[in-house]
This record gives sequence, structure tokens and C-alpha cells, in this order.
Amino acid sequence: MSAPVQLVITGGTVMDATGERRADVRVVDGEIVEVAEGIQVPASATVLEAGGCVVAPGLVDLHTHLREPGREEAETVETGTRAAALGGFTAVVAMPNTDPPLDSAESVRNVYALAEGAMAQVAVAGAITVGRAGERLAPMAELAALGVRLFTDDGDGVQSAGLMRRALQYATGLGVVLAQHCEDRSLADGGTMHEGAWSSRLGLPGMPSEAEEVMVARDIALARATGGRVHFLHLSTAGSVDLVRRARADGVRVTAEVAPHHFTLTDGCASGYDPVFKVNPPLRPQVDVDAVKAALVDGTADAIATDHAPHAPELKDLPFDQAPPGMLGLQTAFALAVTELDLPLARILALLSWQPAAIAGLDPAGGGAQGGLVAAGSAANLCVVDPTATWTVDPTALASRSRNTPYAGRTLTGRVRHTVSAGEPVVIDAEAQR
Amino acid sequence: MAERERSHTRPRGAVFVPRVQVMSADDVRRAVTRMAHEIAERNRGLHDVVLVGLQTGGVAIARRLAETLAEVEGADVPVGTLDVAFYRDDIGLRPVLPEAATDITADLTGATVVLVDDVLFTGRTIRAALNALGEYGRAQVVELAVMVDRGHRELPIRPDYVGKNLPTNREEMVDVSDEGVSLGELVNR
Amino acid sequence: MTGFPTHLLSMDDLDADAIGEVLRVTDSFAEVGRRANPKVPALRGRTVATLFFEDSTRTRMSFETAAKRMSADVLSFSAGSSSVKKGESLRDTIETIQAIGMDAVIIRHSSSGVPARVAEWVDHCAVVNAGDGWHQHPTQALLDLYTVRQSLGGGQVGTDRFAGLRVAIVGDIRHSRVARSQITAYAALGAEVTLVAPATLLPPALDGWPIASVSHDLDSVLATTDVISLLRLQAERGSGAYVPTMREYSAGYSLTARRALQLPAEAIILHPGPMVRGVEIASEVAELPSARITDQVGNGVAVRMAVLFLLLGHGSLDGAAA
Repeated sequence: MSAPVQLVITGGTVMDATGERRADVRVVDGEIVEVAEGIQVPASATVLEAGGCVVAPGLVDLHTHLREPGREEAETVETGTRAAALGGFTAVVAMPNTDPPLDSAESVRNVYALAEGAMAQVAVAGAITVGRAGERLAPMAELAALGVRLFTDDGDGVQSAGLMRRALQYATGLGVVLAQHCEDRSLADGGTMHEGAWSSRLGLPGMPSEAEEVMVARDIALARATGGRVHFLHLSTAGSVDLVRRARADGVRVTAEVAPHHFTLTDGCASGYDPVFKVNPPLRPQVDVDAVKAALVDGTADAIATDHAPHAPELKDLPFDQAPPGMLGLQTAFALAVTELDLPLARILALLSWQPAAIAGLDPAGGGAQGGLVAAGSAANLCVVDPTATWTVDPTALASRSRNTPYAGRTLTGRVRHTVSAGEPVVIDAEAQR
Repeated sequence: MAERERSHTRPRGAVFVPRVQVMSADDVRRAVTRMAHEIAERNRGLHDVVLVGLQTGGVAIARRLAETLAEVEGADVPVGTLDVAFYRDDIGLRPVLPEAATDITADLTGATVVLVDDVLFTGRTIRAALNALGEYGRAQVVELAVMVDRGHRELPIRPDYVGKNLPTNREEMVDVSDEGVSLGELVNR
Repeated sequence: MTGFPTHLLSMDDLDADAIGEVLRVTDSFAEVGRRANPKVPALRGRTVATLFFEDSTRTRMSFETAAKRMSADVLSFSAGSSSVKKGESLRDTIETIQAIGMDAVIIRHSSSGVPARVAEWVDHCAVVNAGDGWHQHPTQALLDLYTVRQSLGGGQVGTDRFAGLRVAIVGDIRHSRVARSQITAYAALGAEVTLVAPATLLPPALDGWPIASVSHDLDSVLATTDVISLLRLQAERGSGAYVPTMREYSAGYSLTARRALQLPAEAIILHPGPMVRGVEIASEVAELPSARITDQVGNGVAVRMAVLFLLLGHGSLDGAAA
């Protein structure tokens, strides 16, 4: 892959953490060299039309399951990063619940190698414990030396409070973030959806809200006591966001992300027993959906992260309680945020781009190239989005190898038009270039 | 009651709307009397005769025939009722529910069964009735008495005793009750 | 509701009229069952498949007998047999069955919702739920209704007497598909349903359920109960962990001889079976005339004949409404 020498984005409105202005953007060899109105287009330059669109830093997903190595029938690094680019993401953080899990230098190097030249930058989240088994700490220092900034056992939460405390103390010394999938296994007790009115009617075992909340409360206490940084993955309940709100007011260093399905879908969606609506944490009742939305609006939640979780179609054809949990998310996240959140576009971009970039340590302050300002001197990781275009979700047209999107047939507002990753236009007019 | 046999489905809640009366209550009474005499005449002694009324239209007529036979001949002819819903040859084509359970207490082996129905139309109900009757013994003879024969037979079935021959169009409906016989249509409510 | 539903997946699919229709039609099939040759040609030429992923000889035999008595051809696929291979996906099995050409498939599965999913995958085939996970077992509830209706006098009179009838459902309701179906069924006909169970064996949320009350004290409800329906502690579905010991459970919730005496004279005792004598019901109580357990079994075939007849006898109408 070689980036074109020159690339010009014309006719758009530039929007980043400093504000918005009408301007064209010129990129040379992966770097933004000029942001101004009426830029002269050089003869050899590729032109990306951005009339009516917003030119912003590329989106950054804190939470993607690329499935490779081990579950390539569901997704690979290549297909996952293509889906990411089509969704406007120029970077994703790959979750470590692969097979083998990402708990060793070798496995992390393997993913970096697979991601070389990919259409989006792949950062790796390392496991907190060996094998994600929750018993012994993984070699976090070794992985941090390879550039890993975020550790999680995602797929599971660290069940032992004692082990989590030790992990936090160790991590604090390394300057890395521990991210938690909050689910107390003894309370979740084999639940397959939210425990409540719907699970009672449908005759399905449920996971009560407390299964998530007790671990949020625990880790807030541990973060407070150790001074460590905790990031909460996919928070889904009113109780959870309340706990985070109070912790932040108290000055505890915690951040939180919310997945799009938790602010757009409710537990009633499972009424037809379609496993496309099965996810962990589960879809919740409207009162939780409203609370999670409010958390995004008032800043309690720092980021929207997709938790993109592909599964092969045969697995999602299993009976509800046997099917694996998880939904696709990379290509629908931006549109869902625009369609469903009552927020100005700048705030939505903050939640999808520079705020998650900062948490992942991928921003310029962290030595990275993501989520920076759209200004001369910045790396050219950009997305060009049309906030008013409408489109309908067609599972067969998505770039993922899998089809498990809960939004099939839904018409959404907000579309990614172009994506520039490391100076290369990987998506032009909503089509992947490779 | 409006007859069972329709060439198209009877939607729930449809109502019979009469247009013209073709037999008065007195005409019906006289027809019953005449048919009872004919049955007695054909089956001298009435020993082995069993009247079987088809649910639901034939049941009342069967009972009236039995009463008349008791008055006129002093014979105590048993009456059974038969529902043929499970024997129809068009299951799945239109909804026909059993209207009431079958009740035939006598063993019909060797008997002369007189099937009684209100209206004879395509003949399919009678064919189903003949199949159903077989479950209750092997009758010696089966005869058929109907209050109205409206034509349009689709099977080789003919009545032995008829109250009235009434030419009709396929779309029309015939309603038979103690108050008389009317011609009309089924209308959606 | 216009016409009988296409599938019978849940008691929620039937309103009071449809339930009344099932009960009425069952009377006719009960008469068929009393004949020397209990067979009618009503479903001749139709094929009915039973697909039982959970073992249940009783229920499967009941359905198969029902289908055969209506002259349908019956194909049995059971989880243990080679025709349902381990690892072959449910969807593939359904596709095979469709290819062979079924008019109805009767499914029992340990996972809630399987019949509903199958109903989405099939074409021109009626799906009957013979029990799915904790969710529903509609034909069991219908046969319970029929049994009670018999005791209430039978016929329309019997059906009308459900209004205001006081029904107690006792036991592991949380994990019981029979309970969920029964609650909807009795409530649809106007009965007042009380759930009796330890708090851990009730569903997590009961808002919106058509019940009159909930009690944790069986003794307090006996004197005002017309029908008592006992559920089995579903050990294989995990109930055991929800009560400290079986002994404690029986002490609180078993219908002992002493408790049976507290019931009104005309009260009816039901149990969907199989019974664990001594746990939900004392042996001697199971033998009382008011315990309708054997009737329930006998009525099962007639009720299932009625259900199959109403599902298939109404075939795909050509849409020519009068």
C-alpha cells in the first residue's frame, strides 16, 4: 500500500475539538499540510468531494472484536478493519478474547503483524489475567513495552476483588488503563437476557442489573483506594451510570463507554427469541436506555464504543439460550448516534473520536496519531461524514464476514462518505477501496 | 338453520338474510306427516328402523318424524344424532367444525337407518354420513329423508323421502326451521 | 380473533373464544375415543411430525395417538435417534422435515423460544409447542381446562363456570412452562388465579400477569380454593438450588392428606405429571376421587386431536370470504 502523494478534501466543514469552520484540507504523504478555504488542487492530487459534509478526525473504537486468531469464520483483521473504515473509524482497539488470547508478547506481535497495512490502525488490548482465566496476572509490563495501553479480560470480568486490586496496583505503576467487563458471574448465573418483566414472560434465565452494578461499585472503590485508572466497558444500567457520576464528582479516575445497542434497543426486542438481540451486557428496559443516553449527554459517559462482536450465522441460528452473545457495530455506530442522540454533531464526534482516542492513549498527547486536530502538522486520519444522508441497513451489504446486526432493514440518518487512514483514502463515496 | 354445504368459505359472523318464504310452518308440518307415512309404508312394521338426524339441521326434523310415527303408528322409533365434520372430504379447504358430538346409542348392525337432513345439496354431507355410519355397525339398509332437495348434486346420491323439490342458484342459501323454509343469502356482518 | 391461529406456540395465541372452541371440539373427539374403533378420516393424507428434543414418552405418545386417530401419517424424530444427529443444526433438521413435506410439526425442546423460531422458518406447516424450556406448554393447559370443565358439568355450562373460579397454582412457577400456560388459560376464561410458592420459585417480575394474588403460605389459601394445580419441582431445570432442602419444600408446599382435608368438598386436584409422590403430593391424596390425574391423561389425546384438527382442518383458505 502506498499513500497517494497528494489528497485534497474540498467543500466540507472542518470540525474538531477546537470548533468548526468551512475549509478544504490538503494531505501530503500521510500528513495534513494545509487547512484553508479555497485550496488550489494540484494536478496529481486525488480529490474527495465533501460538499454538505463534515471533515473530522477519524473515529476511534475502544472496543472491537476482530476474532483473529481463532475465529476467522466470523471475522478477520482484514474484514474487521474494512468494516471499521466504512464506519469512519481510523483506529480500533482489538479485544483480547481471541484464541489464543492476547496475554503474551508473541500473541500481541502476531496481531500487529496481521494488522500491518490494514485499512485502520489496530491497537491491541492485552488480557489482565493469563488466559483471561481470572487467576494470575498476565505479563502487563512486557505487553506495555510493545505499546499496549489498555488491558481487559473482556468477555468476562475479573471476578476476584483481591486479584483486581493487585492488578490495579501493578497497572498504576506502568501507567496503563484497566478496562472492566462488569459482570458478577454468581449474580449473572447463566442469564441470557435482562432479568425482568420480559425474561419472566419469555421463560428465559435473566441477568439482573446488580450483576453489572456490584462490579462497577467494587472497581470504583478499588480505583479510589489504589489511585489506578479504571475504564468501564459497555455500561448498560441506570445504577451503573449513577455510580460513575458520583465517583467522578468525588474525583475518582474512572472513565466509561456505552455501546450503541444500549442506547437504541430494549430487552423487549428479544420477544421473538431472535438471538441477534442477544448480547452481554444484555439489552435493558427503557428506563436504563434513557439513563445511559443521559450519561452520554451530561458527560458521565466519555465514549461510544461499538463492542463489534461478529458471530457466524449458524451460531446465531441456535436456540436463544445457546447462541453466543454479541452484535455487529462498526458500520452503524455513527448513524445510530446521529439518529438517536439529542446532541450536536461536535459532541457526537467527541464521543466517537477524540475522547476514546485519549482513553486508549492513541491521541497526540499519548504519542499517537488519532483524534488530533484537523490542522497542519497532524497525521491524516480523517473521516468525512454526511450528517443528513439517510440509508437502510442491509446485513448482506456489510463488510463484516458475519451478518448479526440487530438493525436489519432500519433506516438511519448519518452516513460516512470518505475515510482517510494514514493519508490513504481507504473509503471513497461509501465504498471500500480495497 | 342455514345449511352446511357451501361452495365457498363461511366467514365467522356471517348472517343469513331471507328473501322469500317457500314453505310455511303448516307446509313443513304437512311434509313431515307425509314423509312419516311414507317411511312407515316403505318399512312395514318399523321394527328395525332407526332415525339418524344429521347435526344440526336434521336433528329437529328426525325428532318430529319420530313423534309423528309414534302418534300415527304407535311405534317407538329410536333417534340418534350424527356429526360428520370429521368425515368430510374437503378438510382443509374450508372450516367446518363439529357442531355437537355424535350420539348413537343403538348398534346399527342389521338396522334400517333413515338419515335425516334439512337440505340436500351437493351430496357430500350424505357421503360423509355414510362413512361415519359405518363406525356404528353394518346397517342392512340406509335411506335418506330430506325436507328440501335443492339440486346441484356432485355425487350419485338420491333421497328416498323429500319434503319439497326446490330449484335454486348455487349462490343462494336455504334455511329450514319449524317456522318454515326460506330462500336467501349469507351476508357478512 | 378471526379464525384459529396458524400455529399454537403459546396460550397467548388463543383468546377466550378460541379456547371455548377447542373445548367444544374436544367433546366430539372424546366421543370418538369412546368408540370400539376410535378413528376418523379427518386428517387422512396429512403428515404430522413429532420432534422431541427432550425425552417425554407420555406426551409424544399422546400427540402421536391423536394424529393417528385422525388418520394422519406420523413421523417421529426424537433427540436420541439417529435422525436428529448431534451437531446437526436445528435449522437443518427443520429444512429436512420441510423437504419431506409436513403439514404439522410438534416440537418439544429444552430451550424457550425454539417453536417460535421454527415457525419463522417453515412454510405451510403448523407448529405446535409441546413444551419449550420454561416458557409454555399450551396443550397441557388446555387439557387441564378440559378436565376441570368436566367436573364443572361439562359443555357450555362448564365453560361458563370458570368465571370467578378460584384456582391455586402451587410449586416451582419460576421454571414451569405448564404454570405460565395455565395462568393465561385460566385467566382467559375469567378464573381468579393465585400463585403459591416460596419467593425464590416465583418469576422475577410479575407485573402485568393476569393473576389475582401471590401467597407464600399454602395453608392460608386451601379453604378458598376450587381448583388446586400442583407443579413438579423441576430439578433438571435447576429448581433444587432455589430451596434449602426438599424436606423444607415439602413441609411448606406439599399437598398432604391433612392439607387435602382443608380443601372445600367440591375442590379439584390437578397435577400435570409425572408426580413425585411425597414431594408435591402425598400418595394417598393422589388416589382421592377429587384428584383428576388419570382423567387428565385420558383427556390429553382428545384435546390434542381437537388442536390438530383446528390447526389443519382450517388449512390455507383460498381467501374467498363470502
